Amino acid sequence: MRLKDFPAEELFLKGSAACAGCPGSMALRVAFKALGRNTLLVVIASCTSVLQSPFPYSALGLPVLNMAFATGGAVGAGVSAAVNYLVKKGELRERPTVLVWAGDGGTYDIGIQALSGAAERGDDFIYVCYNNEAYSNTGTQRSGATPYAAWTSNTISGKKEWRKDVAQIMVAHDLPYVATASLAYPTDFFSKMQKAASIRGTKYIEMLAPCPPGWKFPSDSTVRVSRLAVQTGVWLLYEHENGRTTYTAGTKRIIDGQSEQVPVAEYLKLQGRFRHLFQGEEADGRVAEYQQRIDEVLENLRFASKLRERLMDLEIRR
Amino acid sequence: MSRMVDIANHVAAHAVKLARVGVVSAYPITPQTQVIEEISALIDAGEMDCEYIPVESEHSAMAALIGAAAVGVRSFSATSAHGLAYMHELLHWAAGIRLPMVMVNVNRAMGPGWNIWCDHQDSISQRDTGWIQLYCHSHQEVADTVIQAFRISEDPRVILPVMVNYDAFVLSHSYMQAELPEQEQVDRFLPPFRSAWRLDLDNPLTHGSVIYPNDYEEVRLSMHQAHDNARRVIAEAADEYREITGRYHGALVDLYRMEDAEYALVAMGSLASEARVAVDALREDGLAAGLLRVRSYRPFPREELAEGLGGLRAALIIDRDISFGMEGALFSDCKAALYGRSEALLYNAVTGLGGRDVPYTVMVDELKEIAAGKRREPVSWPTVRLNRHHQDSREGMQRCG
Repeated sequence: MRLKDFPAEELFLKGSAACAGCPGSMALRVAFKALGRNTLLVVIASCTSVLQSPFPYSALGLPVLNMAFATGGAVGAGVSAAVNYLVKKGELRERPTVLVWAGDGGTYDIGIQALSGAAERGDDFIYVCYNNEAYSNTGTQRSGATPYAAWTSNTISGKKEWRKDVAQIMVAHDLPYVATASLAYPTDFFSKMQKAASIRGTKYIEMLAPCPPGWKFPSDSTVRVSRLAVQTGVWLLYEHENGRTTYTAGTKRIIDGQSEQVPVAEYLKLQGRFRHLFQGEEADGRVAEYQQRIDEVLENLRFASKLRERLMDLEIRR
Repeated sequence: MSRMVDIANHVAAHAVKLARVGVVSAYPITPQTQVIEEISALIDAGEMDCEYIPVESEHSAMAALIGAAAVGVRSFSATSAHGLAYMHELLHWAAGIRLPMVMVNVNRAMGPGWNIWCDHQDSISQRDTGWIQLYCHSHQEVADTVIQAFRISEDPRVILPVMVNYDAFVLSHSYMQAELPEQEQVDRFLPPFRSAWRLDLDNPLTHGSVIYPNDYEEVRLSMHQAHDNARRVIAEAADEYREITGRYHGALVDLYRMEDAEYALVAMGSLASEARVAVDALREDGLAAGLLRVRSYRPFPREELAEGLGGLRAALIIDRDISFGMEGALFSDCKAALYGRSEALLYNAVTGLGGRDVPYTVMVDELKEIAAGKRREPVSWPTVRLNRHHQDSREGMQRCG
């Protein structure tokens, strides 16, 4: 799959109310191309509630149900149950894809119960969390997805806690498909969306969504920041199915040693929300702490990868 | 007609089956549980063709129901008390986005302290969410009202969710006789699901998006007008249901011995059944009493109350709820309906909270006191009995202060 193979039809329409460089609108555009017209969209309270434009306009070319903050998993369940009913009754010829679109606030915090409930029941829909690591819609307050040391409007000297990892929480729910994605690797995201659409049950895809005003970087750098998140190992790209995790795109290349792991400072420096890490004496320690944590994770992944290769090698020889 | 002797919760479940519901989404809570147990058993036995979502909370129950109704499928839920309160945000959402659906609420007291027994505080607290609220006084009325509720909810003049309320334990868990209509009769009464809108792949529109001050009031007014329209629709549904099944429980109100009444009791739910006995007893004692039972609380039967109570000497409004810092909510509404239109004296009894027993004799005594001109305070709590433990608690709070 190459970029030029993407369908030409645009279902994310012109005239949206998104900020310049908005990762949410870029992600919607690719997601819509991957899923096509036969899709029912549920939008959970987030920047996407606003960027679609106010009544009576809409930049979304699909049938859309906007819903309250904590409801993502439950609405996905209700829509897919009704679809099941109509398919059974012969009132829908082709089963539409049900796509629930939520931010990290709606996923990590207020909506995790509804998501967990749906995941445990295995309700049939794709849940996309576009994770801009804060409550960007309300002016960038901290969320459970906000990374360590990041400025937000209510952690002004930097968040004191490390973020939690909902994709791994979804893996623990034994979903048929869990994946992470990046705007810098649109073909990877596109393929993952299409694969998710081909599988029945609850599918979870999380997209890192660098937010220019929230993270404080120029609006032309969204993709650059997205790419650096992967190249530094801050954001891991993978898909998990049948009990097994496969690393993809830029993350696979770092683990395999095909490309250099970029120091995390390169990523942090681009963002005003981490500016305080590079000012004063105490600050440098936090950058080193970041680097150490990433190195540990990547080292474990490289070890596991080599171990698997060896074991498979042994299996083949035997 | 098929006759069943069962609890009101099972009666409600069988009415839902007859309404050919496509999606049920619910979470268990006492005293509602047998509604969803019976529905899941009917599905399991292949008697009911319906998707059932055993959600992980009431907030999700209502969210899922909104999702299902938005796809264009007839949807049902059931809850009670804390479950209803937990849904609060989404009750606004369901009504505001204009989706038809029906939910049973088994009226139960709000904690703390934990109390699973009957009062109306739960549903009265949801008064202004935009839902139509109907109250039943018998098992038979539960069966018939659940079926009528779908018809009212889906009427193009209404398109609002409907809450069917009935009392915890008094109705929900007690065995009484009820007659269920034949499927063919229900099909004649209730056409296949219709809604003003649905998520339509052929005509993709965005629903529930941001709406600026320039457009918001018009939306709210349309909801209010839908409630006004519902007055006629509720009456029409009751009439047509009578034509098909022969059964009638009133339209917005249900009157008993009101033709020549000089005094009246006003009540909702099962206390209205108790009030009938009180009316008969008062008549035997020579007092011209009648009963006005409020069946539809929202939309409120303004005209029916003005007409029914306007010419009386006095009426006692019985509230199984309390609007703290004011009085019983039904009492306030009744006074508002009669304002400037009647000289009738209105009094309020707040009673039956948290399942407190309200014998008909309490109503008899209250109305006799009013008729004798001996009642001074407008609001009474006639079944309150302060004992040593209550006094200790009160004194304890005083000491803490």
